[in-house]
Amino acid sequence: MPSAASQFNDDATRMVADLGHRQMVEQSLSGYQKARSSNANRFQDWESARQRAATIKDEAIQHLDEYLVQFEEKLVARGAKVFWANDSAEARAYILELARTKQAKTIVKSKTMVSEEIHLNEALEEAGIRVVESDLGEFIVQLRQEPPYHIVFPAMHLTRGQISDLFQQKLKSEPTSDPEALTMTARKALREEYIAADIGITGANFAVAETGMISITENEGNARLTSSLPQTHVVLLGIEKIVPRLADLALFLPMLATAGTGQQITGYNSLMGGPRSAEEIDGPDEMHVILLDNGRTWLLADAEQRDTLRCIRCGACLNVCPIFRNVGGHAYGTTYQGPIGSVLTPHLRGLQSWQHLSQASSLCGACTETCPVKIDLHHHLLQNRRNAVAEKGSVLHRLGFKAFAFMVNRPGWFELAVRAMKFLSPLQRLFNGTPADPVWPWTKKRELPSFARKSFRELWRQRIS
Amino acid sequence: MNARDSVLARIREALSGRGHRSHSSLAEPGEADDELQRTGESAGFRRFLPKVPDDFGGQLALFAERSESLKTEFLPCADEAAASTQLKRIADRESWESIAFPADSGIRNLLADLSISKLEVNRSTAKTDLEKVSAGVTGCDALVAQTGSVLLTAKSGGGRALSVLPVHHVVIATSSQLVPDLPAAFERLERTYSPNFPSFMTFITGPSRTGDIERVLVLGAHGPRKLTIILVGGQAGSSGQPPDSPAIADSKFPK
Repeated sequence: MPSAASQFNDDATRMVADLGHRQMVEQSLSGYQKARSSNANRFQDWESARQRAATIKDEAIQHLDEYLVQFEEKLVARGAKVFWANDSAEARAYILELARTKQAKTIVKSKTMVSEEIHLNEALEEAGIRVVESDLGEFIVQLRQEPPYHIVFPAMHLTRGQISDLFQQKLKSEPTSDPEALTMTARKALREEYIAADIGITGANFAVAETGMISITENEGNARLTSSLPQTHVVLLGIEKIVPRLADLALFLPMLATAGTGQQITGYNSLMGGPRSAEEIDGPDEMHVILLDNGRTWLLADAEQRDTLRCIRCGACLNVCPIFRNVGGHAYGTTYQGPIGSVLTPHLRGLQSWQHLSQASSLCGACTETCPVKIDLHHHLLQNRRNAVAEKGSVLHRLGFKAFAFMVNRPGWFELAVRAMKFLSPLQRLFNGTPADPVWPWTKKRELPSFARKSFRELWRQRIS
Repeated sequence: MNARDSVLARIREALSGRGHRSHSSLAEPGEADDELQRTGESAGFRRFLPKVPDDFGGQLALFAERSESLKTEFLPCADEAAASTQLKRIADRESWESIAFPADSGIRNLLADLSISKLEVNRSTAKTDLEKVSAGVTGCDALVAQTGSVLLTAKSGGGRALSVLPVHHVVIATSSQLVPDLPAAFERLERTYSPNFPSFMTFITGPSRTGDIERVLVLGAHGPRKLTIILVGGQAGSSGQPPDSPAIADSKFPK
């Protein structure tokens, strides 16, 4: 199997050349940008709102142990079961065991990125359990046997034509170019699933410590159905989802919508704290909440980057990232794409195997600027690069930078080097763009800029004299 | 050590400052706490959240405006009789064949004129039956002017499924339920229920929607395709104050 880095290079190279794909992504995201800026403008003070949101999340992170225990106590008091998982394997094993106990045949799921992170669907299917994704975008990519393309818009890379073909093939529906007709086909297919499913699995956008509730943000209503109809409701969440107080959601719900989709607030924002109580007429008999670490405490221990745990998974940094917009979501080969994925993945899956994503950045800082909880994303990309080299740099890399440092610290040597380059550049032209070219890795795809006739230093000297 | 203890131990170890890099990217603990203390809790959010008029008339107008852009049908009515007439009109327009509503609720009185099949939802109602009704009618806890949202719970909404499974959801609200903004909605939730919250609470903002196919907006993805909100007593007096609301007798489940 090729390394993640070479796989990324190959996929990114292929995707960048696919102009149709790039146009599709641009088109999808231009609508988002318009909606977002008009709704951020509705906030009386978006900048202060960001600062406050970051402060609240910091408070949650600084007291994470206390808030998690409070969250657990409240939930357990209302009849829910709380399970702590060190890693993916433990979380998967718990759900598999639960499915076995319940003799579950079908599990309906609403969108949860944590389940992608722990590769839950594969494990359940291996155990002979049918898993049905209910979010429309997730349903589409599941039929295509693909991972989600984007953490918020899982099927944004597909045209209606492709989706029509897919539904025709898998659901025996009539071909159509009408998104509404396609949506109704999915609605019809899924209605029966909710009612028949033995277990419903959802994620959570927030976990309220004060009252022991999870909060789910969505538009379609599939999470509401998934958490209401099956007899058992399983919630999978990372330990960083904590907010201290119920009232904090008055800020986070509109903020997540604004940053995530450009809406003022999404269609449904639901709070669930426990299975149905004695006086309620419906709802699940059991609620199981799984608190997953899976590398998050490792990130917490990295004081420099622990602000990354503020992330509310809105996807805004993907939407503005020039790298994401050109290579697309699948090239990353990660659960979380875009800048947040590039920062997070080395912590979750190992720095050396995933530091290449931190190199795939122009360091433009658009991600940091757009992040609603002010995560210093582009500096974390730089820190990942530094850490990767400090941990295990190549000899060539180190010698190269030593030589460079030696040269740029000595004006005479620098001048000499510039002159030498100028002298050598016509020679380079002879081999330009061929494998014999010493700068072939650059020139195989790009023009090499030509040297100016006079260097800045020469011009400066002339100016003084 | 079980997983709970080891996760908690790792968190404490990480936060103790023995982390593997020293400079913290978070605000200092003291700083963060002080900032929150200084400005209070959710009421402090009002400074940043979208602006809402102070008076009832203005809030009503904002709710109507938000509803229109969300494709929610919003019908303020003078009194219960007018609400009943509206329901009859909608039933005719939509050719309703059946309707479901919470058992033991005042909603039954509003539906007296409707000669269609009526399903009183209780613990033994089959989900397959609920799925087939033309509309589900529920009460609510609050309407939020700022966002055009309906706040309902397993108590006020007749359980979890009634407000999401039928293809058309009709909400009956009273004017005293209109609140200006999200902080006020959370205050009301706490005042009404704390500490015994229902197991399910939701802010419903418009009909079910999706943009997952080419970002084209489609209504009725999984939940209701239509949302109608009938506000009883929802006509502002000349003073801009809420009129006396003729509260629907026992329109919610007993709390």
